[in-house]
Amino acid sequence: MGRYILKRLWHGAIVILGVTVFVFVVTRLVGDPVKVMLPLEATLEQRAAFEKQLGLDQPLWIQFIDFVGDLARLDFGNSLWQHRPAMTIVFEKLPLTLELALLGVGFAFVLSIPLGIIAALRPGGVSDRGTLLVSLIGLSVPQFWLGLLLIVVFAVQLRWLPTSGIDTPAHVILPAITMGLPALARLVMIVRSSMIDELNQQYVKTCTAKGLPFYRVVGVHALRNASLPVITLCGWELIRAVAGYSVVVETVFAWPGLGLTAIQAIEREDLILLQAIVFTVAIIVVLINILMDIAYTLIDPRLKLA
Amino acid sequence: MEAFNPLHKTWNAHWQERVRNLQSLFLELWRDKAGFAGVTLMAALLFVALAAPLLAPCDPATQDLRARLRPPVWSERGSWNHLLGTDHLGRDVLSRVIYGSRVSLLVGASVVLVAGTFGTVLGMIAGYCGGRTDSMIMRWIDTQIAFPGLLLALIILAVIGPSLVTVILVLSLNGWMVYGRMTRSAVLSVSQTPYVEAAEILGCSGRRVISRHILPNLTSPLLTLAILEFARIVLAEAALSFLGLGIQPPSTSWGLDVASGKDYLFRAWWLVTFPGIAISLTVLAINLVASWMRLISDPQEREKQFARQMTARKSRRPRTGEKTRP
Repeated sequence: MGRYILKRLWHGAIVILGVTVFVFVVTRLVGDPVKVMLPLEATLEQRAAFEKQLGLDQPLWIQFIDFVGDLARLDFGNSLWQHRPAMTIVFEKLPLTLELALLGVGFAFVLSIPLGIIAALRPGGVSDRGTLLVSLIGLSVPQFWLGLLLIVVFAVQLRWLPTSGIDTPAHVILPAITMGLPALARLVMIVRSSMIDELNQQYVKTCTAKGLPFYRVVGVHALRNASLPVITLCGWELIRAVAGYSVVVETVFAWPGLGLTAIQAIEREDLILLQAIVFTVAIIVVLINILMDIAYTLIDPRLKLA
Repeated sequence: MEAFNPLHKTWNAHWQERVRNLQSLFLELWRDKAGFAGVTLMAALLFVALAAPLLAPCDPATQDLRARLRPPVWSERGSWNHLLGTDHLGRDVLSRVIYGSRVSLLVGASVVLVAGTFGTVLGMIAGYCGGRTDSMIMRWIDTQIAFPGLLLALIILAVIGPSLVTVILVLSLNGWMVYGRMTRSAVLSVSQTPYVEAAEILGCSGRRVISRHILPNLTSPLLTLAILEFARIVLAEAALSFLGLGIQPPSTSWGLDVASGKDYLFRAWWLVTFPGIAISLTVLAINLVASWMRLISDPQEREKQFARQMTARKSRRPRTGEKTRP
């Protein structure tokens, strides 16, 4: 087990290294950070001073070593927009993003299991076709549009929930639903197909034959075996939520997490803050991946620790 | 003398067979109503995108400040000049929706082409060469799949600046890995088969084995994957444009229109509604086509369908027999 975890950690380190090289190449070689971050009317002296401040007057390999060193100390420098350490801002915003992602994926997970089971009980039946059609529609509707629709219906027309912001606990409901619906659509499909597979197995017949009540056969025996792919997919959905959907959903609902901050950093041409956000999210993604792999081997003893 | 020309005959027979194949494909499509709806929608969309200048009643970029925020024709203040109303600059919403289809399809097709070609070629190299090359390419793919794709795209967009080409580039960079993985595993399973070994023993070059014996077997899974990816990319382009990081203002894009309509959400619902419906219908159509493709290209599913037809026919037969009996 220890060796396995070490191997996963090593793979995670390679991913982080890949992100580092990628960001370095894009920001230093493809683009000119001074041009991006300073206003057009900046004087030559200002540019030179700024280059010196960022260490851009050094040779490339020294720049790269500095870059990696800053990373290792989680010190990206001051945000150009807010004039305080970028990591402080990131640590302020991170809990909000994680809260939204966890609530969204949790909501999707909790709903997907009953819906998937109902669909799987009679494959090809009305409830099955209905579930498939609804989840296909759920996958086809763009998330930002879905969020706006929810705002119009529940916040403007019905006045049940607030539109945007983070003032009360009720503020999290609409963003979390928007975050979770595409995940719900995918999860329902997976629960359904793996439940259909399990319900066709011989042990289900044995359980029924020995007189177990129906809900125990489906809800305990079959569900336990069907839950493996569902848990893997949940990990993926969490990664998608933190590293992708958060940007869109937070923009729609003005939810001040990392995603919205990233967009604001781009608008204000603050590459330092953007880099800090990207690295934090990359590290979180790698951590979720490792945790997922470990959880997977703990749940399924058949899996070889390769 | 024409009837004696054997070449002519086979040519004719060839075409007859083709027509028959197309007919049976169409019948199969007709039987699957969801797939039929998807294909029809896709065809309509393609037509709209190609014939946009003929179909659109107005120019999508022409502003008319005296006719700002007009509602659609069926509401009280609507007019027949603007069927789906006008936006905050007096531009015709219907024309913008029609022209928006061009960007979506263009980005989708380019990204599928670029990412698909790159991924397939790398996957084939990995699968066919094996050994070190294989493990290096696979390590690359694994590493990039674990990347937070959208955020790296944000860095590129922040540095280079958003444009149509940047969007295509960024989305291709994020999407080629699936093709690589799928091609590699398919190549691995195909290259064990006797006919590939036979071709190698006969002395075919590696390139010939790949292009004539391996690639044709990959067409149907790759096509299904490409269609699914197309749907994902249409959504991704819309999201990037919505965030202001995709297509830029003088051009039209559905995502862009939703973003600009967002500020008038409470006064002018039609600005957000129609482009959003356009995106949803497009993606739904592509998804329906993809799920139909998966059904007809999977031998197991085909067998099930065939069995279902047989049982349906059998249960029908006795009834007709009873009717004819006096």
